[in-house]
Amino acid sequence: MFCSGRSDVSSRELSRQLAFTRRDFLRSAAGVALGSALLSSGLAARTGIPAKKRKVVVITFGGGARDQETFAPEGQENIPHMMRELIPQASFFTQVVNRGILGHYVATASLATGVYETFNNFAAVPPQHPTAFEYFRKDLKRPSTDAWVVAPSNGFNRIGESNYRSYGPGLGARVILPKHLLAAANNGGGADYEHLLRDNYETPYFTPELGGGEFELQQLEMLLKLSVDDFKKHALTLSSPDELSVYIARQLMHQLAPSLLWITMHDIDIAHAGTYSLYVEGIRRTDRLCGELWKSIQSEPEYAGNTNVFILPDFGRDADEDSGGNGFQHHRTGDALSRTTWMLAMGPGVREGLVFDQALQSTDLVPTIGSILGFSAAYAQGKPIAELV
Amino acid sequence: MLPSELKPEQFNGYPPEARKLVTNDLAALQRLPLSFLPSLLREVIEYDFKFPVERRALERELANLKSLSREQTKEWFQGFAGIQISAELEKSDWVDAPAQFVEQLSAHLWATHQLDVFRTAALAYAERLRAAAPPELPAMPRLGIAVIGQGVAKAEEPLFRKLRPHGAYFSSVQTDNGLKVLLDAAAARAKAHPVEYGHWYIDGGQAAEHDPELTCVSYHALGPARAALSSKIRAEIERPGMGPESLRTLLAQLRPSDLGMGGPTDQPANLGPDRETGKPVDAVLDRFQVKLLTEGSGTQIFSTTFAQWAAREALRRAQPLTLLVRFAPRQRQKPMNEMLVGGNERVELDPLGSLVDADMGAYYNWLNQQRLTGAEQSSFLVWFENHGEALIIGPSTPRGTESSSAANLQQLLSWMA
Repeated sequence: MFCSGRSDVSSRELSRQLAFTRRDFLRSAAGVALGSALLSSGLAARTGIPAKKRKVVVITFGGGARDQETFAPEGQENIPHMMRELIPQASFFTQVVNRGILGHYVATASLATGVYETFNNFAAVPPQHPTAFEYFRKDLKRPSTDAWVVAPSNGFNRIGESNYRSYGPGLGARVILPKHLLAAANNGGGADYEHLLRDNYETPYFTPELGGGEFELQQLEMLLKLSVDDFKKHALTLSSPDELSVYIARQLMHQLAPSLLWITMHDIDIAHAGTYSLYVEGIRRTDRLCGELWKSIQSEPEYAGNTNVFILPDFGRDADEDSGGNGFQHHRTGDALSRTTWMLAMGPGVREGLVFDQALQSTDLVPTIGSILGFSAAYAQGKPIAELV
Repeated sequence: MLPSELKPEQFNGYPPEARKLVTNDLAALQRLPLSFLPSLLREVIEYDFKFPVERRALERELANLKSLSREQTKEWFQGFAGIQISAELEKSDWVDAPAQFVEQLSAHLWATHQLDVFRTAALAYAERLRAAAPPELPAMPRLGIAVIGQGVAKAEEPLFRKLRPHGAYFSSVQTDNGLKVLLDAAAARAKAHPVEYGHWYIDGGQAAEHDPELTCVSYHALGPARAALSSKIRAEIERPGMGPESLRTLLAQLRPSDLGMGGPTDQPANLGPDRETGKPVDAVLDRFQVKLLTEGSGTQIFSTTFAQWAAREALRRAQPLTLLVRFAPRQRQKPMNEMLVGGNERVELDPLGSLVDADMGAYYNWLNQQRLTGAEQSSFLVWFENHGEALIIGPSTPRGTESSSAANLQQLLSWMA
């Protein structure tokens, strides 16, 4: 049968307990204080940064990490950059619940639209509702170079714009798939591309075909001022696709300085292969890369001091205790641990060193970004996070 | 089609024992909701290839369903009855392909936000079933053994961190003939309590010499099947329109003979000699092994994943009295820059990473063992192969304790009882 015995504590109650545990871990280890919704008083007003200058960078992990490998005492050794550098400068939300489909593409698309999307996770289809990029560009009349997505997984090539009537084609974000670009740059010769492009860890061997407006190789040079040779040479110094994504994201920030930049990481999802050591290695690498991206943001003149950063997994992973799953390996049970995750918000106007444990939903991200950048997420299901706007 | 319209001849495609089972209880099945029945049929259609303990559990479940009055059935399944099923699902061939239906149902439940309702209904049903038709108690207290760290000279991090709170840690264990001692102990239990598929030895590498009384599965022995599977998958994904879901469906349909295993047919009643070894074919075990490779994620590539998943599935399905799992080094995951250079096809091993995998795997083995009946009497031993570190958990073992006194594995085994 599908699942078997577990306590009768409701899923909502488990999510709440999980959030409290996260809060306690953080309060003891990172020295953060408990925040209160009463503190909120308008982030945009507090910063005094003109709307045109504001920027937002979103970093999501397509492949969640559990508390025991991250914020719990035994996991903190895996996330030193988050614990020591980022959380003390952030507002940390301990209970971000994803009530949608727990597949990486559809869940990330839901994060980007603010609506729980219901399309087939494995299909190369666009989101059904307008994305943050479309709201941003259409409402604020921004050019296509002002909204970008960097994603390591080829399956994400349609995430930049929806097929929603009155939004959609031509109004979304440009999407770069660095691994795909690398394969094109090398023209398939010599390298072990079959393994490199195998980015869907749930279905080994499978490499999705591309369709849609992905970033073309010749644009590397034109837009990013990066020659194919330099790109290839640099890739040879990197150990993972997420490192390549961060490299490309930095190039983008440096050359084009988009106001809305969305980076999706995927290394942690190696967990689907069932190898605990590689999963933990993925967490450590992602932690390091988040720290590096934050430093890059602080050192880029176009970004320093006017950029809000949001870091969040798309969802969690199954609990060891749920017999319907196989612990860290998957996110198939729909249990509280796999649905409840966290979010870290940083940047101007965000109160530093505070932890909030009231329940949010993944769909609240887009309306919150809308409040910061000045667009209206008209079709999103979520609402702006009071503590941030 | 709805369950109420079921007819005996619709099960003609089922294997003989399964057909007999299902047609005997057809009236009871006709009363079940469509959101539930295919999940049951998914088990029934595999009846001929199930382990004895699974067969008996299924028989108990069907007998229980048969014993329920119409009103009781309604009450038992009211949670499932409220689930909305799409017309497309209703029209699908859920009698002949129940596993495919369940997979599509799962996608439908996620997409229509009914997964939580389904989950609650499934948990409630499992609980009622457990009360009405309790699972079997083991014939003797269960023993789980995990041997981890093959080929590692020195562990870089403390071992057994997850298990330590539950048992006693020993740091000066004598290692002479350690694996043989443990395999002999497993064999002695098999001889003392001979139960079909009751005593297992799973090896993530090449199996060591062992008593034939033990049911043995090894990653090494499945090498040809893994290679055959790999080329099949490669060929399939080249075909236009092949996506992850079609690939999964295809994998689910693979039989041992498709991967070069077993005898000339897959029918359990027709047990010819094995094509390779000439020994009698064990169709039940062959089918189990194929499922490990086709249903387990990562089992085809990483031996540590294979060993952990094989143990999980053996515990869940065969519910062994004894299970010895020996983890072996898995292949090293190449970093991106090495993949880019290409050319080096040699498979390198990653013993240290494998130790970390196996340490977690041992914890999962224990958790899965404790989900079975008789958990309060069960024992568990984990040993860092050829090193002095081990940990035992048992009904009389003090929890969260450590000992640096010299001990050998035989003593540890005797102290767990």
